[in-house]
Amino acid sequence: MKQVLEGSQAVAEAVRLAGVQVVSAYPITPQTHIVEILSDYCATGKMNAKFLRVESEHSCMAALIGAQSAGVRTFTATSGQGLALMHELLHWASGARLPIVMAEVNRALAPGWNIWVDQTDTLAQRDTGWIQFYCEDSQEVIDTTLQAYKLAESVALPVMVVLDAFFLSHTYEPVDVPSQEEVDRFLPPYEARFELDTKNPCSFGPLVPPAVYMEMRHDMAAAMDTALATFPVIEDEFAALFGRRYGAVEAIACDDAEIVFVTSGTITSTARLVLENLRGRGEKLGIAKIKLFRPFPVDEVRKALKGAKKIAVIDRNFSFGASGIFAQEIRAALCNAPDHAPVFGYIAGIGGRDVTPEVLEEIYWKTKHNALPERESVWIGLQEVSHGS
Amino acid sequence: MLEIRFHGRGGQGTVVATILMSKAFFRAGYQVQSFPFFGVERRGAPVEAYLRLDRQKILLRTNVYNPDHVVVLDKTLLTSIDVTRGIKPGGSVLINSPAAPEHVEAFSRFRLAWVDASRIAMTNQIGSRTHPIVNTSMMGAVARVLGMPPLEDVVAAIRDEVPGDAERNVTAAREAFEAVRFAEAVKPAA
Repeated sequence: MKQVLEGSQAVAEAVRLAGVQVVSAYPITPQTHIVEILSDYCATGKMNAKFLRVESEHSCMAALIGAQSAGVRTFTATSGQGLALMHELLHWASGARLPIVMAEVNRALAPGWNIWVDQTDTLAQRDTGWIQFYCEDSQEVIDTTLQAYKLAESVALPVMVVLDAFFLSHTYEPVDVPSQEEVDRFLPPYEARFELDTKNPCSFGPLVPPAVYMEMRHDMAAAMDTALATFPVIEDEFAALFGRRYGAVEAIACDDAEIVFVTSGTITSTARLVLENLRGRGEKLGIAKIKLFRPFPVDEVRKALKGAKKIAVIDRNFSFGASGIFAQEIRAALCNAPDHAPVFGYIAGIGGRDVTPEVLEEIYWKTKHNALPERESVWIGLQEVSHGS
Repeated sequence: MLEIRFHGRGGQGTVVATILMSKAFFRAGYQVQSFPFFGVERRGAPVEAYLRLDRQKILLRTNVYNPDHVVVLDKTLLTSIDVTRGIKPGGSVLINSPAAPEHVEAFSRFRLAWVDASRIAMTNQIGSRTHPIVNTSMMGAVARVLGMPPLEDVVAAIRDEVPGDAERNVTAAREAFEAVRFAEAVKPAA
């Protein structure tokens, strides 16, 4: 049934419906509403789950590593500095092959102190072995969170469901919330392959020498490959029950497009509107929306961008000394593809700066009017700044 | 698509009014999107919240810059904030005020309306005498000024969402719907 929900509540409803048994979190804006709702659900019995309050995000992930090792389904949510503080244990969760699911509300890293959207926090965790999904609207948030548990548990890797601060987390819109019966048909109860069990004692996390460590890492790499192959199967099952499908990459009007935007998060939604407007004026724009960032869907990206004459990647993030992070990934995915189009990198919306239709049109025209990129990254909407004397 | 901007002060229920109006419009068959100004909220500080409505799925996910209509929950904001900032020509301004605001000429390009929501909230014992919670009264007044959504959808949204005694809030919304006054030569939309 469709209800008007906040993006944060969409996350919380999915966590409730997934039958999560342990929630642990430390509050940080803009993640707070997710945790407030879940703590209420745990306190009032709407969820049969234990809510663990902790003194930091580092402790939070440690608590979930313990809980998930004991064989239960777990959840946390964080943002920005909170995710940065978890960093060490993100590696631990994936290395221990624990299918923990986290909602991460993108927040700019400090200083300057800023609570608004910026993807650098999650993208900086790209090498931690977590699967990462980026969401466009609240329906995608609830659907992806449910899919995340199924995928995580099938490949024994943790999953991050990423949503934009405020433009998604604090925005109310109609969302179809599935019934418990429907979700139960899609997502069976969690069964751990290994768990802490006093009747069957075994050792977790012992010293792993060079003779076997490399094989463990290779297994993780293979699990990521499996996740890439499994996600479409999970989407098939989801679509059969709920009638919705997203794709690791969604190619929007790419078939005859001359310029293709590469987008993620809520920018995709506004870009769809710009696409309609520009197409109405005879401009051949397409969009490749990247939903799955890790594992990176190289083949689908190449397919979506195959016919493009120019590619414009819009990054709400930045890797200092390099470029926008999606642009890096797109360039890497294309470098061995024959006859690929030039990749224009644009930096927009940093630290919560609004990415309006006007910003996106500016990016379109800049791309159209230049044969090749002027620079590796072009920052859009920068103001003149005087640093005084 | 229509865009509505709500102005209030932290603690008056401005954000809640915006969310409840989005739910009322959704009941009436509209696609909706509502969100607060993404700032730091404190009691008493100026607050803005936004509502978009359309007959089709709303794709635009940006701040609101050029609203069609503005709703002001606290008339003391008129001296510190330009509530008419960016309003589209022909848009409306609804103010919580017992009488027409001073400097009516500042609103000459818009449809100006007012309602004494503070008195209505107080007589219905919503909030306290010093801090009446005017949001549900203003919801009824918005439905009158815009000619939508139907008042019964506003009432249903209040009944679904308001904790405690929803009926006092329903009464306030109905009274405010009737009590809206318009600047001369302007008639309500419906």
